[in-house]
Amino acid sequence: MQSFKSLPHPEMYCHSSFFLREDGSRSQTRFADLGDLDQPASAFHHDGAVDLSPSSMFSLKSGNVAVLSGDLHYDAVLNTSIGSVEIATTGTGCLDTGQYMYHKGAAIASSLGNGHCIENWGDSGMADNSQQTDTSTDVDTDDRNQLHGVQHCTIAVVDSLEKSKAKAGDQKTLRRLAQNREAARKSRLRKKAYVQQLENSRHRLTQLEQELQRARQQGIFIATGFSGDHGSGNGAVTFDTDYARWLEEHQRLISDLRSAVNSHMSDNELHLLVDGVMAHYDEIFRLKSIGTKADVFHMLSGMWMTPAERCFMWLGGFRSSELLKILGNHLEPLTDQQLVGICNLQQSSQQAEDALSQGMEALQQSLVDTVSSTSLGPAGSGKVADYMGQMAIAMGKLATLENFLHQADLLRQQTLQQMNRILTTRQAARALLVINDYTSRLRALSSLWLARPRD
Amino acid sequence: MQYQYQYQHQQQAAESSSWGYYVPAVRGMIGSDPLERVVRLASESAVVIFSISSCCMCHAVKSLFCGMGVNPTVYELDQDPTGKEIERALMRLLGNYSSPVPVVFIGGKLIGAMDRVMASHINGTLVPLLKEAGALWL
Repeated sequence: MQSFKSLPHPEMYCHSSFFLREDGSRSQTRFADLGDLDQPASAFHHDGAVDLSPSSMFSLKSGNVAVLSGDLHYDAVLNTSIGSVEIATTGTGCLDTGQYMYHKGAAIASSLGNGHCIENWGDSGMADNSQQTDTSTDVDTDDRNQLHGVQHCTIAVVDSLEKSKAKAGDQKTLRRLAQNREAARKSRLRKKAYVQQLENSRHRLTQLEQELQRARQQGIFIATGFSGDHGSGNGAVTFDTDYARWLEEHQRLISDLRSAVNSHMSDNELHLLVDGVMAHYDEIFRLKSIGTKADVFHMLSGMWMTPAERCFMWLGGFRSSELLKILGNHLEPLTDQQLVGICNLQQSSQQAEDALSQGMEALQQSLVDTVSSTSLGPAGSGKVADYMGQMAIAMGKLATLENFLHQADLLRQQTLQQMNRILTTRQAARALLVINDYTSRLRALSSLWLARPRD
Repeated sequence: MQYQYQYQHQQQAAESSSWGYYVPAVRGMIGSDPLERVVRLASESAVVIFSISSCCMCHAVKSLFCGMGVNPTVYELDQDPTGKEIERALMRLLGNYSSPVPVVFIGGKLIGAMDRVMASHINGTLVPLLKEAGALWL
C-alpha cells in the first residue's frame, strides 16, 4: 500500500469542499490544466493521493489507480466531462479505467450511479455502514486535497481524460451528479437529525436517571402513567405532584423529629416538633379533600401510593385500626389510663371503619341494581328515557362516593389527633416515627418487588 | 342482628324492618311544625336516626350503632308522607350541610351528621353519651 505522507488524515473523509460543483464548463476548465496528466503510466502521484478508505484495496494496474473501499459497490459508470471514467463495481474494488487522472489539488471522487452509500462513519464513531444513502462525492477543485474534516466516503479515482465522450455523456452525467448531490444533502440532513435525536435522548436519559435517583432515595414510586380518563386527569396530576412534595417535606420533618428524639431534647421543644408533624398531617388531609372533589376515582384508586401501600389501602388511605395495632407494641410504657384509651381508640376506629365499609358495600350494591335495572342484553332495546333516568340516579349515587372518601379521611385524621391527645409528647414522637418507618418499609418493599429479577 | 324479640311488646304499631330495630309508624301528626315534631320524636327514644332508605351513608350510620350493640330508632323519611318537610327542618337544623340525612339524636340531644357521630366516637364521647341515655348497657 502506498503511503500518503502528504495526507494528514489518512482516514476517509469527504469534505464538502471536495464536492464537485457541477457544471460542464467548470469541469472543463478544471481539467483543462490537467491535460498533462494524461499519461497512463506515470499519472499516479503518491502525494495527495486520495485513498480515503482504511480498508480500501489498491490495485495498481498499469497506469491505473483504483481506490475503492472493500464494501463499496458500484455498478455505474461515471462519465465526467473530462472523459470516460469507468468504475466497475467489484468486491475488490478495482477501478477498471483505462486512464486515470490525478491532480494534486483535487480529490477526485466518483458519483455513485446506483446510489449505494459509501459513507463509512466508523472512524467518527457513527456506525453507519449501511449502504442506503446516496452520497455524492463530488470533487472540489480546491487545492485542499488533504480531505480535512471530510466525511467518510470512499472516493474512487476518476479516470477521465477522454474528452471525446464528454458531449454524449454530459447530460446524463450532469443529471446524475445533480441527483447525487441531492442525495448527499439529504443524507447530511438525516445525519444531523439523527445526531440531534441522540443528543436529546441522552439528555433525557440523564434527567430520568437523576429523577429516579432522587425518587429511590425517598422510596417513592412515582407512577408515571395517567389513568385513562384524561378529562379529570388534571386533578389527579395536581394531587400526585402535591403528594410527592408533601412526602418530601414529611420525610424532612420526620428526620428532624428522629434526631430530636435521639438527642434527648427537652419535652417543650419536642412538643413543637410533634405539633409540626401533626399540622403537616392536616395538610395532606386538606390536599386529599381537594383531590377528592377533583377526581374521586383517582383518590379511591390509590395510584398515588406505592403498590404495597395500595395493597393494604382502605378507602383511599391507610387503615387507622391497623396503625394502632402496630403501635401497640412500640408504645411501652403506658399508664393504665393510656392503655385503656388506646384500646378504646383502636376499637372505635375499627367500628367506624366497619360501618363505612358496610356503607360502601351498600353503595356498590345499589349502583349495580341501578345500572342493571333497565333491560340489558340483546332484548335491551330500552326506552331512552328509562336509560337516562337510571343513569341520572346512578350519577347521584356516585356522588356519595366523595362523601365516603371524605368520611374515611376524617376518620384517619381524628384517629391521629386522638392518639396525640392520649400519649405524652415523647410517646407521641415515638409513635409518629413508628408510623413513618412502617410506611417507609412498605414503600421500600414496593421498590424491591418491582426491581426483583424475573426469570 | 336479632333485636326483634325485644320489641314485640311495644304498644304502638310498628313495622319491623330487615334491620330488626324498631321503626315506628308516625301517625296523627300531620299539621304540626316539622321541627317540633323532630324534637319530639328525638326525645321519645334513646337513639333516634333520621334516614332515607336509599341513602348509603345512612346505612353506614345504622351499621355503626348496631355494631356497637345499640338499637336506634330509625325514621325513614322517604316512607313518611311528611318526609319532605322533616328533611327541610333537618337541613335548617344542621346548617350548612349537603344532605339532610343521616341525623342522629342521642338522649334527645342533637349529635349531628355522620362526621360528627364518628368524631365523637373516636374521641371517646359517644359511648358515655349512649350509656347516659340508656342505650348501652355495659
